[in-house]
Amino acid sequence: MEKDRYEMRFGGSGGQGVITAAVIMAEAAGVYDGYHVCQTQSYGPQSRGGNSKAELVISRREIDYPKVIKMDCLLAMNQAALDDYFYDFEPNGLLVVDATFVEQTPTSRTISLPFTAMARELGKELVANIIAVGAVARLCGKVSLESVEKAVIARVPAKFRELNEQALIAGIKAAEEVDLDRLPRSIPLEDVYGDPTG
Amino acid sequence: MDNSLDVNKKYLLQGNQAIVEGALAAGCRFYAGYPITPSSEIAEEMSLKLPRLGGTFIQMEDELAAMGAIIGASLAGVKSLTATSGPGFSLMQENLGFACMTEVPVVVVNVMRGGPSTGMPTSPAQADVMQARWGTHGDHAVIVMAVSSVSDAYEITIHAFNLSEKYRVPVILLADEIVGHTREAITLPPNKKMEVFNRITPSVPPEWYEPYEDNSRGVPPMAAMGSGYRHHVTGLMHDSKGYPCFRPDVVKAFHKRMYRKLAGGAGDIQMTKSYMLDDAEVAVITFGAVSRSAVRAVKMAREQGIKAGFLQLVTLFPFPKTVVDSLLRQCRAALVPEMNMGQIVREVRAVNNQAVIKQLNRFDGLMITPNQIFEKLMNM
Repeated sequence: MEKDRYEMRFGGSGGQGVITAAVIMAEAAGVYDGYHVCQTQSYGPQSRGGNSKAELVISRREIDYPKVIKMDCLLAMNQAALDDYFYDFEPNGLLVVDATFVEQTPTSRTISLPFTAMARELGKELVANIIAVGAVARLCGKVSLESVEKAVIARVPAKFRELNEQALIAGIKAAEEVDLDRLPRSIPLEDVYGDPTG
Repeated sequence: MDNSLDVNKKYLLQGNQAIVEGALAAGCRFYAGYPITPSSEIAEEMSLKLPRLGGTFIQMEDELAAMGAIIGASLAGVKSLTATSGPGFSLMQENLGFACMTEVPVVVVNVMRGGPSTGMPTSPAQADVMQARWGTHGDHAVIVMAVSSVSDAYEITIHAFNLSEKYRVPVILLADEIVGHTREAITLPPNKKMEVFNRITPSVPPEWYEPYEDNSRGVPPMAAMGSGYRHHVTGLMHDSKGYPCFRPDVVKAFHKRMYRKLAGGAGDIQMTKSYMLDDAEVAVITFGAVSRSAVRAVKMAREQGIKAGFLQLVTLFPFPKTVVDSLLRQCRAALVPEMNMGQIVREVRAVNNQAVIKQLNRFDGLMITPNQIFEKLMNM
């Protein structure tokens, strides 16, 4: 089938705010940018520690199956989440990890940014997910950054608004340093096995 | 309609929130419940929104009491809702039977999770289908509906209230963990403006009123407690005045009227949605969240040149026999995927007389994927 959906997965440990991150992206894309979105999550015992996973499908067309089929983007906030949720990955997809906690990556095509360390510098580790949202939004290019900002403001308590805005900007800036074109790419299968139609 | 959200504005809502919005739009102003995963967001939203609309929210001591409270509120003339999941739904069965016997309109949402018993609170399943129809004892009339997406959760909840009011019957609305927790961006009301139906109240003077008197529709007008129409309500078999009576002719007439009122409204009650069925030779028949996998699987099969189509059962009971029957005459085979070990497929088989019926069951706590359905379709 023609790919008409952008599929994202967000993984981390309970408390790292990955579900909030997915909800913010969903709101930005769905409510402000006018896409169809479907955001699902696996929660439960995980909310008391252990891994937590959220998924988001973005499309210009109505979304049938609500979960990820072939993942275009994975945000992993720690090593365990990366190990558990790196599957069904699109070749040349976007893998973003929190360098603070991730030591080993399954591919050299990884964008590694220290979200939690950056959050500590801002004074609150809790905003690591917002920094990550900023970075992922900038890197995937699927949602407008203004919309992400609106969604963040709508979701966070008023007294933490400024802190969250700083976090978002820090994430966007960190992502701007990344040159996507210079990342290693997967070798097309045709180059390995020859053109199947030829 | 009273929408608690702004009309024509887009919101990111969970299925459970959409059920709340649908209920409020349908005029629901009473909620009694006991929170349980994965239905708790319904109670949470209701506790925030009902007081603002002049309604009442009560957190009860358990599900037995919750069911009792919504029956009481409905008897007093207020549209009422409760929501639960498997274990709580089991506890509600006794009073659900009382609502059937006394013909009290209520809507009971069961956001299904993995069972039996405490099972898997955070995993989806569709294994309460037969319980929804037959969970309470005795022959009884009840309507069971199932929702598949956020926008459809809103619409079908309104239908559920309308049908319960129109036919004086409890309506069980089945959702599952996937629909309950999926967030989608929707505008309310989603498509068309939906009609809201209120129960018919008596027009005769109070002294003439017989609360269970038969009429052409088999649905007697319902007077609110405290409106001057004194009447007796009992779970015992009763006569047209509501007093206990076991006379064989009365008992027989009661049971026949219960079934007749729903059979008479079949065209209204038995809702389905279809996708690419016009020229279909192979059909997928399912309900709830699996519908979404089915739609994708049908698209995939069409790309391979297979004339596949999809029928979504919105109403599960009374089972939409007429629609399914004509579909099974048209198609050579049908596939019934469900997240249980095979429940609604029994109803499909009971209708069938010619097509091959295959089932696809998943009961490991995960959703049936489009690929699973597609692979089955390719071999039919």
